[in-house]
Amino acid sequence: MTDMSVQDQPYEAGMGDYFALMKPRVMSLVIFTALVGLLVAPTPVHPFIGFLAILCIAVGAGASGALNMWWDADIDAKMRRTAKRPIPSGRVQPGEALGIGLALSGFSIVLLWLATNALSAGLLAFTIFFYAVIYSMWLKRATPQNIVIGGAAGAFPPMIGWAVATGSVSIESVLMFALIFMWTPPHFWALALFVKTDYGDADVPMLTETHGRDSTRRHVIAYAVLLAPVALGIGFTSIGGYLYLGVAAVMNAWFLKGCYDIWRRDDAAAEADNYLVERKVFKVSLYYLFLHFGALLVEAALRTTGV
Amino acid sequence: MAIKVEHEVHERRKGRNFGVGALLIGFIGLVFALTVVKVLQLGDARQFENFDHVARPAIIPQEGDTE
Repeated sequence: MTDMSVQDQPYEAGMGDYFALMKPRVMSLVIFTALVGLLVAPTPVHPFIGFLAILCIAVGAGASGALNMWWDADIDAKMRRTAKRPIPSGRVQPGEALGIGLALSGFSIVLLWLATNALSAGLLAFTIFFYAVIYSMWLKRATPQNIVIGGAAGAFPPMIGWAVATGSVSIESVLMFALIFMWTPPHFWALALFVKTDYGDADVPMLTETHGRDSTRRHVIAYAVLLAPVALGIGFTSIGGYLYLGVAAVMNAWFLKGCYDIWRRDDAAAEADNYLVERKVFKVSLYYLFLHFGALLVEAALRTTGV
Repeated sequence: MAIKVEHEVHERRKGRNFGVGALLIGFIGLVFALTVVKVLQLGDARQFENFDHVARPAIIPQEGDTE
């Protein structure tokens, strides 16, 4: 025993600091899309099993967030947006984040397996592995396409939700995956165009900095064009319908128009109006995803009520 | 600075201990509720014996069973 006073010890984290490791805002999107995937599936799920499955998916996503923060603490410390995260700000020790990330991954995967089926648990395990290892460790610092591939991690939740209900993967769940997967790049790059990022200081390759802003504008429109058939295609599967198709048609036209505008202008024009178009498209992209999944939910509700 | 018996860090540790306690109790509650739901979903609670890892011919429903 030493008589060291408490002031000499490093800061001890509170529960809130640990919770921040789990990226609560990302988690809310995961919960929403996984819930839609689960509810639109043709097989009914016991409410408690459904609740537990969504909880496991959310905790699994949080665990991968903690692992990401553990691995990326060095670059998070160099960027203004992320410097206040629990590890770079000194509130949580890196080892704690690693421990929490691994433990919660294990708990969420095993519990999801016990509650539902091996496929769902396997998909959740793969999602965590994909985000923590393939994205964070291998790709994020290696290629400007990191956003594209990293987007896959965010695209899995509706597929897991569907697998919880049906125990299988089908065209509907693949298309829901593809919708988020194709949506992520234009959504993120629109943001990257108007936010002054300091990824360069941290040596993270970002398309805006490695290939220039004009190239980024071309990438935005290219992905928006590829996204539209996926979004409309869902309307012709068993989970789609006229209402969904209507929403998808309007939202895709709106989003494509915005991305077209981004493509047609250069940075001089954007500087002149403080990136008005880019900001607007980013906002539209948020409505875009929310309304597509919201429409799928309404279609499912209409089917169950027999309208 | 006055010496205090209760330091701020004690407060935080207490919060953390209660937080971990609540999580553990919540986890137990979840697993228990899951067990209840799974057993009820079997329909016939005797089917629960199927998880015994031992063949039990006596509990296999026979044709002509009235139950």
